[in-house]
Amino acid sequence: MIAIYWAYLKTTIALQFQYRVALAIWMIGGLLEPTIYCVVWSTVALARGGDVGGYDAGGFASYYIVLMVVNMWTFTWIMHEMGYRVQHGELSAMLLKPIHPIHSDIADNIGYKTLTLCVLIPSAAVLCFLFNPTFDLEVINVLLFVFSLVLAYLLRFFVEWALSLVAFWTTRTDAVNQMYFFFGLFLSGRIAPLDLLPAWARAVADALPFKWSVAFPVELLLGRLDRAQITHGFLMQAFWVVIGFVIVKFVWRRGIRRYSAVGS
Amino acid sequence: MHKVNVIWTFLKIGILNELAYRVNFYVQIFQSAVSLAQALLGVYVVFLHTETLGDWRSYDLLALIGVFVIIGGAISIVIRPSMSQLMTDVRRGTLDYTLTKPADAQFLISISQFRIWKATDFVLGVIVLSYALYKKGMDVGIADAATFGLVLLSGAATIYSFFLILSTISFWYIKVENILNIFDAMVQAGRWPIGIYPHWLRFVLTFIVPVAFAITVPARALTGRLDSESLTAALLVAAGMLIASRLFWRWGLRHYSGASA
Repeated sequence: MIAIYWAYLKTTIALQFQYRVALAIWMIGGLLEPTIYCVVWSTVALARGGDVGGYDAGGFASYYIVLMVVNMWTFTWIMHEMGYRVQHGELSAMLLKPIHPIHSDIADNIGYKTLTLCVLIPSAAVLCFLFNPTFDLEVINVLLFVFSLVLAYLLRFFVEWALSLVAFWTTRTDAVNQMYFFFGLFLSGRIAPLDLLPAWARAVADALPFKWSVAFPVELLLGRLDRAQITHGFLMQAFWVVIGFVIVKFVWRRGIRRYSAVGS
Repeated sequence: MHKVNVIWTFLKIGILNELAYRVNFYVQIFQSAVSLAQALLGVYVVFLHTETLGDWRSYDLLALIGVFVIIGGAISIVIRPSMSQLMTDVRRGTLDYTLTKPADAQFLISISQFRIWKATDFVLGVIVLSYALYKKGMDVGIADAATFGLVLLSGAATIYSFFLILSTISFWYIKVENILNIFDAMVQAGRWPIGIYPHWLRFVLTFIVPVAFAITVPARALTGRLDSESLTAALLVAAGMLIASRLFWRWGLRHYSGASA
Protein backbone atom coordinates (compact mmCIF):
# COMPACT_ATOMS: atom_id res chain seq x y z
CA MET A 1 0.00 0.00 0.00
CA ILE A 2 2.75 2.44 0.92
CA ALA A 3 4.54 1.65 -2.35
CA ILE A 4 1.35 2.40 -4.28
CA TYR A 5 0.86 5.69 -2.49
CA TRP A 6 4.47 6.62 -3.11
CA ALA A 7 4.10 5.94 -6.82
CA TYR A 8 0.90 8.01 -7.00
CA LEU A 9 2.53 10.83 -5.06
CA LYS A 10 5.51 11.01 -7.37
CA THR A 11 3.26 11.11 -10.43
CA THR A 12 1.11 13.88 -8.99
CA ILE A 13 4.06 16.03 -8.03
CA ALA A 14 5.66 15.57 -11.43
CA LEU A 15 2.35 16.33 -13.11
CA GLN A 16 1.50 19.40 -11.07
CA PHE A 17 5.00 20.72 -11.48
CA GLN A 18 4.15 21.16 -15.14
CA TYR A 19 1.44 23.61 -14.15
CA ARG A 20 3.43 25.93 -11.93
CA VAL A 21 1.80 29.05 -13.25
CA ALA A 22 -1.69 27.65 -12.79
CA LEU A 23 -0.71 26.75 -9.24
CA ALA A 24 0.50 30.26 -8.52
CA ILE A 25 -2.67 31.73 -9.98
CA TRP A 26 -4.91 29.56 -7.84
CA MET A 27 -2.93 30.66 -4.83
CA ILE A 28 -3.47 34.33 -5.63
CA GLY A 29 -7.19 33.65 -5.78
CA GLY A 30 -7.01 31.82 -2.48
CA LEU A 31 -5.13 34.72 -0.91
CA LEU A 32 -7.57 37.36 -2.02
CA GLU A 33 -10.67 36.09 -0.28
CA PRO A 34 -9.25 36.10 3.26
CA THR A 35 -7.60 39.45 2.52
CA ILE A 36 -10.93 40.99 1.50
CA TYR A 37 -12.82 39.78 4.55
CA CYS A 38 -9.96 40.62 6.84
CA VAL A 39 -10.09 44.21 5.56
CA VAL A 40 -13.88 44.41 5.78
CA TRP A 41 -13.94 43.20 9.37
CA SER A 42 -10.99 45.30 10.47
CA THR A 43 -12.83 48.32 9.10
CA VAL A 44 -15.90 47.36 11.10
CA ALA A 45 -13.77 46.86 14.22
CA LEU A 46 -12.22 50.30 13.81
CA ALA A 47 -15.61 51.93 13.28
CA ARG A 48 -16.83 50.33 16.50
CA GLY A 49 -13.89 51.64 18.48
CA GLY A 50 -11.58 48.70 17.96
CA ASP A 51 -13.51 45.56 18.78
CA VAL A 52 -16.21 43.29 17.32
CA GLY A 53 -17.22 40.07 19.04
CA GLY A 54 -13.87 39.78 20.79
CA TYR A 55 -11.79 40.43 17.69
CA ASP A 56 -9.77 43.58 17.11
CA ALA A 57 -7.92 44.40 13.87
CA GLY A 58 -4.95 42.24 14.86
CA GLY A 59 -7.32 39.47 15.95
CA PHE A 60 -9.06 39.44 12.58
CA ALA A 61 -5.69 39.39 10.83
CA SER A 62 -4.51 36.33 12.75
CA TYR A 63 -7.93 34.68 12.32
CA TYR A 64 -7.93 35.08 8.57
CA ILE A 65 -4.29 34.08 8.11
CA VAL A 66 -4.81 30.84 10.02
CA LEU A 67 -8.13 30.33 8.23
CA MET A 68 -6.39 30.62 4.88
CA VAL A 69 -3.84 27.99 5.89
CA VAL A 70 -6.50 25.60 7.22
CA ASN A 71 -8.74 26.10 4.22
CA MET A 72 -5.93 25.60 1.72
CA TRP A 73 -4.72 22.57 3.60
CA THR A 74 -8.09 20.84 3.77
CA PHE A 75 -9.72 21.77 0.47
CA THR A 76 -10.46 19.20 -2.23
CA TRP A 77 -11.53 19.54 -5.83
CA ILE A 78 -13.19 16.15 -6.02
CA MET A 79 -16.71 17.53 -6.35
CA HIS A 80 -15.77 19.13 -9.67
CA GLU A 81 -13.69 16.21 -10.74
CA MET A 82 -16.18 13.41 -10.15
CA GLY A 83 -18.84 15.00 -12.34
CA TYR A 84 -16.32 15.19 -15.15
CA ARG A 85 -15.16 11.63 -14.65
CA VAL A 86 -18.65 10.21 -14.76
CA GLN A 87 -19.85 12.35 -17.64
CA HIS A 88 -16.84 11.68 -19.82
CA GLY A 89 -16.51 8.03 -18.93
CA GLU A 90 -13.05 8.62 -17.48
CA LEU A 91 -13.98 6.56 -14.49
CA SER A 92 -13.86 3.39 -16.56
CA ALA A 93 -10.07 3.33 -16.67
CA MET A 94 -9.91 3.94 -12.92
CA LEU A 95 -12.30 1.07 -12.25
CA LEU A 96 -10.07 -1.32 -14.13
CA LYS A 97 -7.29 -0.84 -11.61
CA PRO A 98 -7.33 -3.34 -8.76
CA ILE A 99 -7.49 -0.58 -6.17
CA HIS A 100 -10.25 1.74 -4.99
CA PRO A 101 -9.98 5.11 -6.80
CA ILE A 102 -10.19 6.98 -3.51
CA HIS A 103 -6.58 6.01 -2.84
CA SER A 104 -5.32 7.74 -5.95
CA ASP A 105 -7.39 10.77 -4.98
CA ILE A 106 -5.92 10.90 -1.49
CA ALA A 107 -2.39 10.57 -2.86
CA ASP A 108 -3.18 13.18 -5.48
CA ASN A 109 -4.47 15.56 -2.89
CA ILE A 110 -1.49 15.11 -0.59
CA GLY A 111 0.92 15.54 -3.48
CA TYR A 112 -0.75 18.74 -4.54
CA LYS A 113 -0.80 20.06 -0.99
CA THR A 114 2.90 19.34 -0.62
CA LEU A 115 3.56 21.56 -3.60
CA THR A 116 1.20 24.30 -2.50
CA LEU A 117 2.99 24.45 0.86
CA CYS A 118 5.90 26.07 -0.99
CA VAL A 119 3.57 28.90 -1.95
CA LEU A 120 1.33 28.85 1.10
CA ILE A 121 4.02 29.60 3.66
CA PRO A 122 5.41 32.63 1.82
CA SER A 123 1.87 33.95 1.26
CA ALA A 124 1.06 33.59 4.94
CA ALA A 125 4.29 35.45 5.70
CA VAL A 126 3.34 38.25 3.30
CA LEU A 127 -0.09 38.56 4.93
CA CYS A 128 1.56 38.70 8.37
CA PHE A 129 3.76 41.52 7.13
CA LEU A 130 0.81 43.44 5.65
CA PHE A 131 -1.72 43.07 8.45
CA ASN A 132 0.20 42.85 11.74
CA PRO A 133 -1.66 39.93 13.29
CA THR A 134 -1.56 39.33 17.03
CA PHE A 135 -0.69 35.75 17.84
CA ASP A 136 -0.91 34.49 21.39
CA LEU A 137 -0.10 30.82 20.99
CA GLU A 138 0.19 28.16 23.64
CA VAL A 139 2.14 24.95 23.09
CA ILE A 140 -0.79 22.72 24.01
CA ASN A 141 -3.05 24.51 21.52
CA VAL A 142 -0.48 24.16 18.77
CA LEU A 143 -0.26 20.40 19.38
CA LEU A 144 -4.03 20.02 19.47
CA PHE A 145 -4.26 22.16 16.35
CA VAL A 146 -2.01 19.78 14.39
CA PHE A 147 -4.16 16.88 15.51
CA SER A 148 -7.41 18.66 14.61
CA LEU A 149 -5.94 19.59 11.24
CA VAL A 150 -5.42 15.92 10.39
CA LEU A 151 -9.00 15.13 11.40
CA ALA A 152 -10.28 18.15 9.49
CA TYR A 153 -8.46 16.97 6.41
CA LEU A 154 -9.98 13.48 6.63
CA LEU A 155 -13.40 14.90 7.43
CA ARG A 156 -13.51 17.20 4.46
CA PHE A 157 -12.06 14.59 2.17
CA PHE A 158 -14.59 11.89 3.03
CA VAL A 159 -17.59 14.21 3.15
CA GLU A 160 -16.78 15.85 -0.18
CA TRP A 161 -15.90 12.54 -1.78
CA ALA A 162 -19.23 11.15 -0.56
CA LEU A 163 -21.11 14.17 -1.93
CA SER A 164 -19.33 13.95 -5.25
CA LEU A 165 -20.98 10.57 -5.78
CA VAL A 166 -24.17 12.49 -6.59
CA ALA A 167 -22.65 12.54 -10.08
CA PHE A 168 -23.81 8.94 -10.58
CA TRP A 169 -27.43 10.00 -10.26
CA THR A 170 -27.47 13.41 -11.89
CA THR A 171 -25.34 15.01 -14.57
CA ARG A 172 -26.05 18.46 -13.18
CA THR A 173 -23.59 18.46 -10.35
CA ASP A 174 -23.02 22.22 -10.68
CA ALA A 175 -26.14 23.11 -8.73
CA VAL A 176 -25.28 20.70 -5.91
CA ASN A 177 -21.72 21.98 -5.79
CA GLN A 178 -22.82 25.58 -5.70
CA MET A 179 -25.17 24.96 -2.78
CA TYR A 180 -22.38 23.20 -0.95
CA PHE A 181 -19.96 26.06 -1.50
CA PHE A 182 -22.60 28.56 -0.51
CA PHE A 183 -23.10 26.89 2.86
CA GLY A 184 -19.39 26.35 3.20
CA LEU A 185 -18.67 30.02 2.75
CA PHE A 186 -20.88 31.07 5.65
CA LEU A 187 -20.74 28.10 7.97
CA SER A 188 -17.03 27.39 7.88
CA GLY A 189 -16.21 30.89 9.06
CA ARG A 190 -14.92 32.40 5.85
CA ILE A 191 -17.37 35.29 5.52
CA ALA A 192 -17.07 36.09 9.19
CA PRO A 193 -15.84 34.35 12.32
CA LEU A 194 -18.76 32.21 13.46
CA ASP A 195 -19.14 34.20 16.68
CA LEU A 196 -20.30 37.13 14.58
CA LEU A 197 -23.13 35.24 12.91
CA PRO A 198 -26.67 35.42 14.34
CA ALA A 199 -27.57 32.68 16.82
CA TRP A 200 -29.68 30.63 14.42
CA ALA A 201 -26.84 30.49 11.90
CA ARG A 202 -24.46 29.37 14.63
CA ALA A 203 -26.87 26.57 15.55
CA VAL A 204 -26.95 25.42 11.91
CA ALA A 205 -23.17 25.58 11.77
CA ASP A 206 -22.90 23.34 14.84
CA ALA A 207 -25.01 20.68 13.17
CA LEU A 208 -23.23 20.58 9.81
CA PRO A 209 -19.68 19.47 8.96
CA PHE A 210 -18.34 22.82 7.64
CA LYS A 211 -17.51 24.34 10.99
CA TRP A 212 -15.62 21.30 12.15
CA SER A 213 -13.41 21.14 9.09
CA VAL A 214 -12.30 24.78 9.05
CA ALA A 215 -13.44 27.14 11.81
CA PHE A 216 -12.83 24.73 14.68
CA PRO A 217 -9.08 24.20 14.08
CA VAL A 218 -8.64 27.97 13.57
CA GLU A 219 -10.35 28.97 16.80
CA LEU A 220 -8.57 26.17 18.61
CA LEU A 221 -5.14 27.45 17.59
CA LEU A 222 -6.01 31.03 18.46
CA GLY A 223 -6.98 29.95 21.98
CA ARG A 224 -10.63 31.00 21.67
CA LEU A 225 -12.09 27.72 22.90
CA ASP A 226 -12.35 26.35 26.41
CA ARG A 227 -11.76 22.76 27.32
CA ALA A 228 -15.35 21.57 26.93
CA GLN A 229 -15.62 23.18 23.50
CA ILE A 230 -12.37 21.54 22.41
CA THR A 231 -13.53 18.07 23.50
CA HIS A 232 -16.89 18.62 21.81
CA GLY A 233 -15.11 19.75 18.65
CA PHE A 234 -12.93 16.69 18.44
CA LEU A 235 -15.95 14.45 18.97
CA MET A 236 -17.82 16.22 16.18
CA GLN A 237 -14.83 15.87 13.89
CA ALA A 238 -14.60 12.14 14.60
CA PHE A 239 -18.36 11.82 14.11
CA TRP A 240 -18.26 13.40 10.66
CA VAL A 241 -15.21 11.43 9.59
CA VAL A 242 -17.11 8.24 10.40
CA ILE A 243 -20.29 9.43 8.67
CA GLY A 244 -18.36 10.41 5.56
CA PHE A 245 -16.49 7.14 5.53
CA VAL A 246 -19.66 5.06 5.86
CA ILE A 247 -21.42 6.98 3.07
CA VAL A 248 -18.42 6.57 0.77
CA LYS A 249 -18.36 2.87 1.49
CA PHE A 250 -22.03 2.19 0.81
CA VAL A 251 -22.98 4.77 -1.78
CA TRP A 252 -19.93 4.06 -3.91
CA ARG A 253 -21.04 0.47 -4.45
CA ARG A 254 -24.54 1.45 -5.46
CA GLY A 255 -23.25 4.25 -7.67
CA ILE A 256 -20.94 1.94 -9.55
CA ARG A 257 -23.90 -0.22 -10.45
CA ARG A 258 -25.62 2.83 -11.96
CA TYR A 259 -22.55 3.86 -13.89
CA SER A 260 -22.89 3.31 -17.61
CA ALA A 261 -19.59 4.80 -18.82
CA VAL A 262 -20.97 7.54 -21.01
CA GLY A 263 -18.63 8.55 -23.77
CA SER A 264 -16.34 5.60 -23.81
CA MET B 1 -26.44 50.06 -39.22
CA HIS B 2 -24.57 47.11 -40.61
CA LYS B 3 -23.00 46.51 -37.18
CA VAL B 4 -26.39 46.47 -35.49
CA ASN B 5 -27.45 43.82 -37.98
CA VAL B 6 -24.41 41.70 -37.20
CA ILE B 7 -24.97 42.01 -33.44
CA TRP B 8 -28.61 41.05 -33.91
CA THR B 9 -27.61 37.98 -35.93
CA PHE B 10 -25.16 36.78 -33.29
CA LEU B 11 -27.71 37.46 -30.58
CA LYS B 12 -30.28 35.42 -32.47
CA ILE B 13 -27.85 32.52 -32.84
CA GLY B 14 -27.13 32.76 -29.13
CA ILE B 15 -30.82 32.70 -28.27
CA LEU B 16 -31.48 29.74 -30.57
CA ASN B 17 -28.55 27.85 -29.09
CA GLU B 18 -29.69 28.39 -25.55
CA LEU B 19 -33.33 27.65 -26.27
CA ALA B 20 -32.22 24.11 -27.04
CA TYR B 21 -31.31 23.76 -23.36
CA ARG B 22 -34.31 25.13 -21.55
CA VAL B 23 -33.65 23.36 -18.29
CA ASN B 24 -30.49 25.43 -18.11
CA PHE B 25 -32.70 28.45 -17.64
CA TYR B 26 -33.94 27.11 -14.31
CA VAL B 27 -30.48 26.00 -13.29
CA GLN B 28 -29.27 29.49 -14.13
CA ILE B 29 -32.02 31.18 -12.11
CA PHE B 30 -31.06 28.99 -9.21
CA GLN B 31 -27.35 29.76 -9.56
CA SER B 32 -27.91 33.50 -9.94
CA ALA B 33 -30.16 33.49 -6.89
CA VAL B 34 -27.58 31.62 -4.84
CA SER B 35 -24.77 33.98 -5.72
CA LEU B 36 -26.96 36.99 -5.04
CA ALA B 37 -27.99 35.49 -1.69
CA GLN B 38 -24.32 35.04 -0.93
CA ALA B 39 -23.57 38.70 -1.58
CA LEU B 40 -26.61 39.92 0.36
CA LEU B 41 -26.01 37.69 3.37
CA GLY B 42 -22.41 38.87 3.51
CA VAL B 43 -23.58 42.47 3.73
CA TYR B 44 -26.28 41.50 6.22
CA VAL B 45 -23.75 39.92 8.56
CA VAL B 46 -21.49 42.96 8.38
CA PHE B 47 -24.33 45.37 9.07
CA LEU B 48 -25.44 43.35 12.07
CA HIS B 49 -22.39 44.82 13.73
CA THR B 50 -22.04 48.29 12.31
CA GLU B 51 -23.96 51.22 10.87
CA THR B 52 -21.42 52.27 8.27
CA LEU B 53 -18.59 50.67 6.38
CA GLY B 54 -16.18 53.39 5.41
CA ASP B 55 -18.65 56.12 4.44
CA TRP B 56 -21.17 53.63 3.08
CA ARG B 57 -24.46 52.97 4.84
CA SER B 58 -26.33 49.72 4.36
CA TYR B 59 -28.51 50.81 1.43
CA ASP B 60 -25.56 52.41 -0.31
CA LEU B 61 -23.83 49.08 -0.09
CA LEU B 62 -26.94 47.34 -1.38
CA ALA B 63 -26.83 49.65 -4.40
CA LEU B 64 -23.17 48.75 -4.81
CA ILE B 65 -24.11 45.07 -4.87
CA GLY B 66 -26.74 45.84 -7.49
CA VAL B 67 -24.08 47.44 -9.70
CA PHE B 68 -21.72 44.56 -8.97
CA VAL B 69 -24.30 42.03 -10.13
CA ILE B 70 -25.19 44.08 -13.22
CA ILE B 71 -21.56 44.40 -14.33
CA GLY B 72 -21.02 40.72 -13.50
CA GLY B 73 -24.04 39.95 -15.70
CA ALA B 74 -22.59 41.91 -18.60
CA ILE B 75 -19.34 40.01 -18.21
CA SER B 76 -20.97 36.60 -18.16
CA ILE B 77 -23.56 37.27 -20.88
CA VAL B 78 -21.17 38.30 -23.61
CA ILE B 79 -17.67 39.39 -22.61
CA ARG B 80 -16.37 36.29 -20.88
CA PRO B 81 -17.83 33.65 -23.27
CA SER B 82 -16.68 35.59 -26.33
CA MET B 83 -13.18 35.97 -24.98
CA SER B 84 -13.06 32.28 -24.05
CA GLN B 85 -14.09 31.49 -27.60
CA LEU B 86 -11.32 33.75 -28.88
CA MET B 87 -8.72 31.87 -26.86
CA THR B 88 -10.00 28.54 -28.15
CA ASP B 89 -9.95 29.86 -31.72
CA VAL B 90 -6.38 31.06 -31.35
CA ARG B 91 -5.31 27.72 -29.93
CA ARG B 92 -7.00 25.70 -32.65
CA GLY B 93 -6.30 28.05 -35.52
CA THR B 94 -10.01 28.47 -36.18
CA LEU B 95 -9.66 32.22 -35.85
CA ASP B 96 -8.93 32.05 -39.58
CA TYR B 97 -12.65 31.84 -40.26
CA THR B 98 -13.28 35.05 -38.37
CA LEU B 99 -10.41 36.92 -39.97
CA THR B 100 -11.59 36.15 -43.47
CA LYS B 101 -15.01 37.66 -42.85
CA PRO B 102 -15.63 41.12 -44.29
CA ALA B 103 -16.06 42.92 -40.98
CA ASP B 104 -13.79 44.25 -38.27
CA ALA B 105 -12.24 41.23 -36.52
CA GLN B 106 -12.20 42.81 -33.06
CA PHE B 107 -15.86 43.57 -33.41
CA LEU B 108 -16.69 40.03 -34.49
CA ILE B 109 -14.76 38.28 -31.74
CA SER B 110 -16.21 40.59 -29.09
CA ILE B 111 -19.79 39.54 -29.77
CA SER B 112 -19.29 35.99 -30.97
CA GLN B 113 -21.05 34.35 -28.02
CA PHE B 114 -24.18 35.30 -26.12
CA ARG B 115 -25.27 33.37 -23.05
CA ILE B 116 -28.75 34.76 -22.72
CA TRP B 117 -29.74 32.75 -19.65
CA LYS B 118 -27.11 34.70 -17.76
CA ALA B 119 -29.38 37.69 -18.22
CA THR B 120 -30.98 36.53 -14.96
CA ASP B 121 -27.99 38.11 -13.20
CA PHE B 122 -28.63 41.34 -14.99
CA VAL B 123 -32.31 41.38 -14.04
CA LEU B 124 -31.58 40.52 -10.41
CA GLY B 125 -29.00 43.30 -10.30
CA VAL B 126 -31.50 45.85 -11.55
CA ILE B 127 -34.04 44.68 -8.96
CA VAL B 128 -31.55 44.96 -6.11
CA LEU B 129 -30.42 48.37 -7.29
CA SER B 130 -33.99 49.69 -7.58
CA TYR B 131 -34.89 48.34 -4.17
CA ALA B 132 -31.84 49.95 -2.60
CA LEU B 133 -32.68 53.32 -4.11
CA TYR B 134 -36.30 53.02 -3.08
CA LYS B 135 -35.32 52.18 0.48
CA LYS B 136 -32.90 55.04 0.59
CA GLY B 137 -35.87 57.19 -0.31
CA MET B 138 -33.70 58.74 -2.96
CA ASP B 139 -35.16 60.85 -5.63
CA VAL B 140 -32.88 60.06 -8.52
CA GLY B 141 -33.03 63.05 -10.82
CA ILE B 142 -32.51 62.87 -14.56
CA ALA B 143 -29.03 64.30 -14.17
CA ASP B 144 -28.02 61.62 -11.65
CA ALA B 145 -29.50 58.88 -13.78
CA ALA B 146 -27.69 60.16 -16.85
CA THR B 147 -24.39 60.36 -14.98
CA PHE B 148 -24.95 56.85 -13.67
CA GLY B 149 -25.68 55.52 -17.17
CA LEU B 150 -22.57 57.22 -18.45
CA VAL B 151 -20.21 55.89 -15.78
CA LEU B 152 -21.80 52.45 -15.93
CA LEU B 153 -21.19 52.33 -19.66
CA SER B 154 -17.65 53.56 -19.29
CA GLY B 155 -17.13 51.01 -16.51
CA ALA B 156 -18.33 48.26 -18.81
CA ALA B 157 -16.03 49.58 -21.54
CA THR B 158 -13.08 49.53 -19.14
CA ILE B 159 -13.81 45.96 -18.09
CA TYR B 160 -14.27 44.90 -21.71
CA SER B 161 -10.95 46.45 -22.73
CA PHE B 162 -9.23 44.79 -19.84
CA PHE B 163 -10.63 41.40 -20.89
CA LEU B 164 -9.59 42.01 -24.48
CA ILE B 165 -6.03 42.81 -23.42
CA LEU B 166 -5.83 39.64 -21.31
CA SER B 167 -7.25 37.52 -24.12
CA THR B 168 -4.94 39.05 -26.68
CA ILE B 169 -2.01 37.70 -24.68
CA SER B 170 -3.11 34.29 -25.95
CA PHE B 171 -1.47 35.13 -29.28
CA TRP B 172 1.88 34.68 -27.50
CA TYR B 173 1.05 32.32 -24.64
CA ILE B 174 -1.55 29.69 -25.33
CA LYS B 175 -2.54 29.00 -21.72
CA VAL B 176 -3.86 32.29 -20.43
CA GLU B 177 -7.30 31.03 -19.51
CA ASN B 178 -5.95 30.81 -15.98
CA ILE B 179 -5.32 34.53 -15.88
CA LEU B 180 -9.05 35.05 -16.20
CA ASN B 181 -9.39 33.16 -12.92
CA ILE B 182 -7.31 35.78 -11.14
CA PHE B 183 -9.54 38.38 -12.66
CA ASP B 184 -12.63 36.62 -11.27
CA ALA B 185 -11.09 36.65 -7.82
CA MET B 186 -10.23 40.33 -8.18
CA VAL B 187 -13.75 41.22 -9.24
CA GLN B 188 -15.00 39.71 -5.98
CA ALA B 189 -13.12 42.47 -4.21
CA GLY B 190 -15.39 44.95 -6.01
CA ARG B 191 -18.33 43.75 -3.97
CA TRP B 192 -17.09 45.99 -1.18
CA PRO B 193 -16.28 49.69 -1.48
CA ILE B 194 -12.75 50.16 -2.79
CA GLY B 195 -12.13 52.88 -0.21
CA ILE B 196 -11.85 50.44 2.70
CA TYR B 197 -8.88 48.55 1.24
CA PRO B 198 -5.29 49.35 2.18
CA HIS B 199 -3.35 51.52 -0.28
CA TRP B 200 -1.58 48.77 -2.18
CA LEU B 201 -4.78 46.83 -2.81
CA ARG B 202 -6.67 49.98 -3.75
CA PHE B 203 -3.93 50.77 -6.23
CA VAL B 204 -4.18 47.28 -7.76
CA LEU B 205 -7.96 47.45 -7.96
CA THR B 206 -7.91 50.88 -9.55
CA PHE B 207 -5.04 50.82 -11.99
CA ILE B 208 -4.10 47.20 -12.63
CA VAL B 209 -7.48 45.48 -12.47
CA PRO B 210 -9.92 48.36 -13.00
CA VAL B 211 -12.63 47.14 -10.65
CA ALA B 212 -12.93 50.53 -8.96
CA PHE B 213 -13.99 52.34 -12.12
CA ALA B 214 -16.40 49.62 -13.15
CA ILE B 215 -18.27 49.12 -9.87
CA THR B 216 -17.52 51.57 -7.07
CA VAL B 217 -17.67 54.72 -9.21
CA PRO B 218 -21.08 53.98 -10.79
CA ALA B 219 -22.51 53.07 -7.39
CA ARG B 220 -21.24 56.35 -6.00
CA ALA B 221 -22.82 58.21 -8.90
CA LEU B 222 -26.21 56.75 -8.14
CA THR B 223 -26.06 57.36 -4.43
CA GLY B 224 -25.22 60.98 -5.19
CA ARG B 225 -21.69 60.95 -3.87
CA LEU B 226 -19.53 61.23 -6.94
CA ASP B 227 -17.01 64.06 -7.16
CA SER B 228 -16.17 65.49 -10.56
CA GLU B 229 -12.57 64.21 -10.42
CA SER B 230 -13.71 60.60 -10.18
CA LEU B 231 -16.18 61.18 -12.98
CA THR B 232 -13.52 62.62 -15.26
CA ALA B 233 -11.09 59.88 -14.29
CA ALA B 234 -13.65 57.14 -15.05
CA LEU B 235 -14.35 58.58 -18.49
CA LEU B 236 -10.68 59.12 -19.29
CA VAL B 237 -9.73 55.63 -18.15
CA ALA B 238 -12.49 54.10 -20.26
CA ALA B 239 -11.39 56.03 -23.36
CA GLY B 240 -7.73 55.23 -22.71
CA MET B 241 -8.42 51.54 -22.14
CA LEU B 242 -10.50 51.27 -25.30
CA ILE B 243 -7.71 52.79 -27.38
CA ALA B 244 -4.97 50.80 -25.65
CA SER B 245 -6.80 47.49 -26.02
CA ARG B 246 -7.50 48.22 -29.68
CA LEU B 247 -3.81 48.91 -30.37
CA PHE B 248 -2.72 45.87 -28.39
CA TRP B 249 -5.21 43.67 -30.22
CA ARG B 250 -3.90 44.79 -33.62
CA TRP B 251 -0.34 44.22 -32.52
CA GLY B 252 -1.26 40.76 -31.22
CA LEU B 253 -3.09 39.88 -34.38
CA ARG B 254 0.11 40.36 -36.35
CA HIS B 255 1.60 37.51 -34.34
CA TYR B 256 -1.17 35.16 -35.30
CA SER B 257 -0.11 32.56 -37.80
CA GLY B 258 -3.07 30.17 -37.74
CA ALA B 259 -2.02 27.25 -35.58
CA SER B 260 -3.51 24.49 -37.70
CA ALA B 261 -3.39 26.08 -41.11
